[in-house]
Amino acid sequence: MLLFVLRRLLQSIVVLLAVSGLVFAGVYAIGNPVDILISPQADQAEIARTVAALKLDRPLWEQYLAFLQHAATGDLGRSFVFDAPAIGLILERLPATLELAASATLIAVGLGIPLGLWAGIRSGSLAGKAILAGSILGFSLPTFWAGLMLILVFSVELGWLPAGGRGPTQSLFGVPVSFLSWDGLAHLVLPALNLALFKLALVIRLTRAGAREALTQDYVKFARAKGLSEARVIGVHVLKNILIPVVTVVGLEFGSLVAFAVVTETIFAWPGTGKLLIDSIGVLDRPVIVAYLLVAVTLFILINLLVDVLYSILDPRVRMAQAGG
Amino acid sequence: MAPGQAPAARVAADFVESRLALAGLTVLALVLLGALLAHLIAPQNPYDLAQLDVLDARLAPGAQSSDGRMRYWLGTDDQGRDVLSGILYGLRTSLGVGVSSTLAAAAIGVALGLISGYRRGRIDALVMRLVDIQLSFPAILIALVLLAALGQGIGKTIAALIAVQWAYYARTARAAALVESVKEYIEAARGLALPAWRIALAHLLPNCLPPVIVIATVQIAAAIALEATLSYLGVGVPVTEPSLGLLIKSGFDYMLAGDYWISVFPGVALVITIVSINLVGDRLRDVMNPQLRR
Amino acid sequence: MAAPVLSIENLRTRFFTKRGVVRAVDGVSFAVTRGQVLGIVGESGSGKSTVGFSIMGLIDPPGRIVGGAIRLDGRDLRQLTPAEWRRVRGRRIAMIFQDPMMTLNPVLRIDTQMIEAITAHERVPRATARDRAREALGRVGIGAPDERLAAYPHELSGGMRQRVAIAIALLHRPEVIIADEPTTALDVTLQGQILAEMQTLARDSGAALVWITHDLSVVAVLANDVCVMYAGKVVEQGTVDNVLDRPLHPYTRGLIASVPSRHPPGRPLPQIPGMMPSLMQLPLGCAFRDRCTRASDTCRSDPPLYSLDERRVRCFHPHVEEDEAASASERAEEAP
Ligand SMILES: Nc1ncnc2c1ncn2[C@@H]1O[C@H](COP(=O)(O)OP(=O)(O)OP(=O)(O)O)[C@@H](O)[C@H]1O
Ligand SMILES: [Mg+2]
Repeated sequence: MLLFVLRRLLQSIVVLLAVSGLVFAGVYAIGNPVDILISPQADQAEIARTVAALKLDRPLWEQYLAFLQHAATGDLGRSFVFDAPAIGLILERLPATLELAASATLIAVGLGIPLGLWAGIRSGSLAGKAILAGSILGFSLPTFWAGLMLILVFSVELGWLPAGGRGPTQSLFGVPVSFLSWDGLAHLVLPALNLALFKLALVIRLTRAGAREALTQDYVKFARAKGLSEARVIGVHVLKNILIPVVTVVGLEFGSLVAFAVVTETIFAWPGTGKLLIDSIGVLDRPVIVAYLLVAVTLFILINLLVDVLYSILDPRVRMAQAGG
Repeated sequence: MAPGQAPAARVAADFVESRLALAGLTVLALVLLGALLAHLIAPQNPYDLAQLDVLDARLAPGAQSSDGRMRYWLGTDDQGRDVLSGILYGLRTSLGVGVSSTLAAAAIGVALGLISGYRRGRIDALVMRLVDIQLSFPAILIALVLLAALGQGIGKTIAALIAVQWAYYARTARAAALVESVKEYIEAARGLALPAWRIALAHLLPNCLPPVIVIATVQIAAAIALEATLSYLGVGVPVTEPSLGLLIKSGFDYMLAGDYWISVFPGVALVITIVSINLVGDRLRDVMNPQLRR
Repeated sequence: MAAPVLSIENLRTRFFTKRGVVRAVDGVSFAVTRGQVLGIVGESGSGKSTVGFSIMGLIDPPGRIVGGAIRLDGRDLRQLTPAEWRRVRGRRIAMIFQDPMMTLNPVLRIDTQMIEAITAHERVPRATARDRAREALGRVGIGAPDERLAAYPHELSGGMRQRVAIAIALLHRPEVIIADEPTTALDVTLQGQILAEMQTLARDSGAALVWITHDLSVVAVLANDVCVMYAGKVVEQGTVDNVLDRPLHPYTRGLIASVPSRHPPGRPLPQIPGMMPSLMQLPLGCAFRDRCTRASDTCRSDPPLYSLDERRVRCFHPHVEEDEAASASERAEEAP
């Protein structure tokens, strides 16, 4: 197990290096780094200073090393707009994004598994068909459009929930979160639902397919032959088998939730990293864009690593295979 | 089954068995027709400023134009533009970007995949590494960053969409090529010293087409949705040639004020388009599945 | 003779698939008494497993039992509510499946799967249930039961898994055990072992055993009575001695002739020509007609089940001496 984690960690570092190389190539080799990293308002002296600091006058490989060095020490340049370290800006907004993504995951799993089970077990019933149709629609609704409709219905027409912003936050272990107060929760519901929609459709599909497949399996029939109650057959025998692929996919998709938070945050004016990214793109605040990218990449790699470990914990067969070789 | 002979007739026969898919196909055909013939059937050319009348701004659906010459069935936007006409022209942009980027990505991806699968070795390792890395990042993020670097524009949007899509095709085509290239008739063709590109085109390509067609159908829908999203975020197509996403964006503020139609109708058109493509794609996947599993 | 513990009367089970109605079991009747073994033989697809699942009440949609009675101690299970039938399953009638690799849930430990089988029918503390599970494993010849209990199915061999399944089936000392080809997926030495063990276990507990197989030699050593199934119908049934020594139905004859051990080595095994017709479009009349050397125009109508010296045969032209055949047709009677 430890060996496995170490090996995956090593792989992750290789990917991170590769991606940082790509980002570097994008910023330094293709574009003109002076344009990208130095504010258009900077004067001659400042340009010279930055050029020296970033070793922009040196050969490419030296620049890459300098870039890595800076990146490793958390120095990814200063935002032109905020005149603050870019990485600090990102990290400051990360909790908001993570809270949003985590809430969305919770909704997707919490609603998706029961709905998917229902659709899979009662696939011929009206409700089963309706759930399936809903999940097809969920796949087809672009996130931004679904967000707009949520606002139109629940904020503009019904006036039940706020249309944007994060509302008040409470501090939980030093991290600001929304879900601890009613008002914060009210602000969280719509964006979280919006972000969850696509994954919800995905979880429903996975669960439904998994349930249908499991129900044809001998082990389910044997479980029934033992005289187990239907609740136990579905809740333990079927569910446990479905959980493995669902958890894996949901875990892997957490990264894409963070990415799609860009859309949701923009629509709901949620003050997270995604909104910062779009704002920065709008005003060409490039150090922030570069910093976002590297933070996001690191996050994705961490997620992949975590999911792999989690998967091997969940599935006894995988665990065996790893212990064996 | 003879390699490469797609039993198109059987696929078509199976396809029409699903009424839902047939409905999807019909709607899709109408949407395509509307987009292609936009300049003929749209009540007005929404980008000919001479035809717009600011007095007609933000009229509700069904309103009569101030000069009494036409009726705005779906209302007008803030510049007095007929929303229906805007949608028809917007569909053209959206579909154009979606279809062309998908086709180009498929061509590039399939070519790379075939080369990978046929040649193996280092090229293969390199291409597949790239595919792996690319696919481990969400498409929207890659597209956003590319467009942030490149700037707005239809061509640039298409380029970004190609960049996020090619990897799917490369992976699929490679898998098909790998399976096929060890078969005897390919060995025989190699023995005949046929040039590699001819073997690839004549034998490998037809075999990877069924899965590629299925992926491409679904990907067109994904590309249209992604383009709409990017345009909504302000990094996609320019305002001079708005797609549905941009139309939706332009109406957002008015929507909060209660004038829903400027955003909602383009959105409905977008969703109908995507749903109908997905219905067709789902059905295609089902009826082509025996071949996929081959 | 003692009253049968399980008797099936004119059981009919169908699958209503999109492509047509499958008459998987079509008018099957038999009875077993305690301590007796009934063999059900027939080729693949003849409806043997469907008989077993019907008795368990485990026919999933699109399948349905459409007629007949399944009597356990005289009580028709088909009249029970689903909850009542559930309490019969595993407790009074147990079933062992064909493929041991598939019967245990891959993601649950053996102890979980055994203990739940106990607590489904009895309110006992977990520790007690665990002790009983351990004992049960010992009974079926599994060493180091504590280790096995903590294992996942994939950590056990096929033979071991089938023993676990058998142990689970025996947990509540059921009155009827249905064994659906439990040894086909195992290698030959294991087959013999498990066969012998099952025989003793069933005899000791006094259970009635329904042994489903396509292997006549298994029936020969194990069973008292035998039903030969073909295309969803019983074509011949009686005591093993009678049926195997003097088969009446041409199909039974063909089956016996194609058993390797009964055949001189070196010569090709005689096979029954042709294939069983699809159960979705059975021809009118005898389903075996097209493969039968004795078929005549009469066979275009349905042969009834004739009673002939304590057994039944569904054939117009059974392999009997001519005078016997004449009297047979006189005594012809429809099955109930
Ligand atoms: N769930 C189902 N849906 C449709 N048809 C089914 C289903 N289960 C069984 N059948 C059909 O019922 C018939 C009898 O099947 P069954 O499994 O009982 O045969 P069997 O004698 O046990 O064969 P085998 O020796 O291969 O196990 C077959 O024709 C089969 O195709
Ligand atoms: Mg069977």
